[in-house]
Amino acid sequence: MNGKAFLALLARDAHVARRNLVPLMFQTFLQPLLFVFIFGRVMVGSGYMPEKYKSLLLPGIMAISMVFTGVWAVAMPLIGEFQFTREIEDRLLAPIDISWVAIEKVVFGLIQACIAGLVVIPLAWLILRPGLELHVANPLIFACITLLVASFSACGGLALGCSVDQQHIGLMFSMVLTPMIFFGCTYYPWSALSNFPILQKIVLINPLAYASEGLRASLVPQFPHLSLALILAALAAFDLFFLVVGLKRFQKKAVS
Amino acid sequence: MEAAIRTSDLRKVYTSAPPAAAGRGGAGPRAKGKKEPKPQIVALDGINLDVAPGQIFGLLGPNGAGKSTTVGVLTTRVRPTSGTAWVSGYDVWRDQTAAKRHIGVVAQRPNLDFSLTAREILQFHGAYFGLSARERSERATALLERFKLTDRADQLVRGFSGGMMQRMSIARAMMHDPQVLFLDEPSAGLDPQTRLLLWEIIREYNEKDRTVLITTHNMEEADALCQRLAIIDHGHIIAEGTPTELKASIPGGFLLRLRFGKHSASLLERLGTLTGVTEVRHSGDSAVDLYAGRGGSLIPEIVNAAAALGMELTDVHILEPSLENLFLHHTGRSLRE
Repeated sequence: MNGKAFLALLARDAHVARRNLVPLMFQTFLQPLLFVFIFGRVMVGSGYMPEKYKSLLLPGIMAISMVFTGVWAVAMPLIGEFQFTREIEDRLLAPIDISWVAIEKVVFGLIQACIAGLVVIPLAWLILRPGLELHVANPLIFACITLLVASFSACGGLALGCSVDQQHIGLMFSMVLTPMIFFGCTYYPWSALSNFPILQKIVLINPLAYASEGLRASLVPQFPHLSLALILAALAAFDLFFLVVGLKRFQKKAVS
Repeated sequence: MEAAIRTSDLRKVYTSAPPAAAGRGGAGPRAKGKKEPKPQIVALDGINLDVAPGQIFGLLGPNGAGKSTTVGVLTTRVRPTSGTAWVSGYDVWRDQTAAKRHIGVVAQRPNLDFSLTAREILQFHGAYFGLSARERSERATALLERFKLTDRADQLVRGFSGGMMQRMSIARAMMHDPQVLFLDEPSAGLDPQTRLLLWEIIREYNEKDRTVLITTHNMEEADALCQRLAIIDHGHIIAEGTPTELKASIPGGFLLRLRFGKHSASLLERLGTLTGVTEVRHSGDSAVDLYAGRGGSLIPEIVNAAAALGMELTDVHILEPSLENLFLHHTGRSLRE
């Protein structure tokens, strides 16, 4: 691998992100902000939800924010750059194996997803306090889960971005991401599905379920959650799976 | 000396799935488990090239002849079905990264990075190739100047005209000073003035002992710019040599495309005996191609020969010795068809 070229590719993405900073900020932060405000502040403040829902909701919002940002950050540029303008061609011709061009996208998406996730915490703290109870018992586990969730979203973005055409972007969001979010244990813990035993089994094929439960386990362990071992193993497996599929599809798209 | 570009029996067969609509709602149900054969398009059918370093080499052929696919294989963008390609001694498909380090590529369609300005495109391109910050900024400034883009240097290329984008693509390909420069139809869509500027820049680049491979369907360009040419059609190389050699290889040099009311075997025979005529070909009922050492002065004799047999010459088109004739001679088709 050519480290210089890899860093130059990262620098290019950072430069473009800097240029689009304001729209990027809105795109990243507006949705979680509204979620936190409506569900955490309005619903709880008006008495429709119990006070502890604030803490339960936070990891879910964080997971959504990360997954949306990571998928968007990787998939959207890829879909655009592989279109007939072939904007990516210059980078494919850089003196580096083309898989690293894809990995660079993943790394950049991962960084964005981490920022989008971590920023939810101070945001929530500002809006939801008092009543927000976070207990990060093991910062290492929290960091580990955050990284795994971020790379799941970036690798998923790679796989999706290399599989979806421009005309199907809308479909990708409504058919893939929306169901994933609603069945991803984001607004409720997995244990809340115990009254729906079949659904409770089915949602386990949804990687977002492990992301939400993982963040729940490391941020608000006072609520019931899936076992940490299962969460770590599942997230690692999904990361690897999406990375392998994504790289394969990227190769296929890049070389005719 | 090692060849700058070499290919050995390069073949590329594209297989694309039948259109999605084909299987649906058509006549009759589809047999289950039976795979429909995929349509195969043979783009390259055994291409052998050997380009010496320091040459401007032209690939000349009509649209769809396989020019771009050849460039694609040589530049890591199209995986060959079989055969091998080398650039600067590196096997393009075994040692991609090393090969990429030595090439600059201008694709047929501008593929600029629309999120960047002209100057940034050059600077980031330089960064991918490991140039220092100083080199990047110096070279970018010089190239923008050379390609007359300085006044638009700090604007996003999204708003550039087609010609400006094309110039920008070429500047970018030269940014890391590659040993071998590939230009796929670089002058398509350029105005005559810009085309001349481009030719000048390509010659200048070549003078630094760099190899240039250029594809074109423009005879004039091939003739003016290239030191050696390969004529390609249907994925085959049908002729190769210097432009002069190639032109000299056409029997007679002149081509007279004749049309009669109708022709007969005895007319063809008579035409073949006229002084200076080297080859007679006919197609259809009325068209005859005459390869000859002279042009207009043959016409009275042709008219007389036809009149003697009770036939009439209805149309004449005289082509002087050119690569166009050569292409016609080898393929029976015009380059522009």
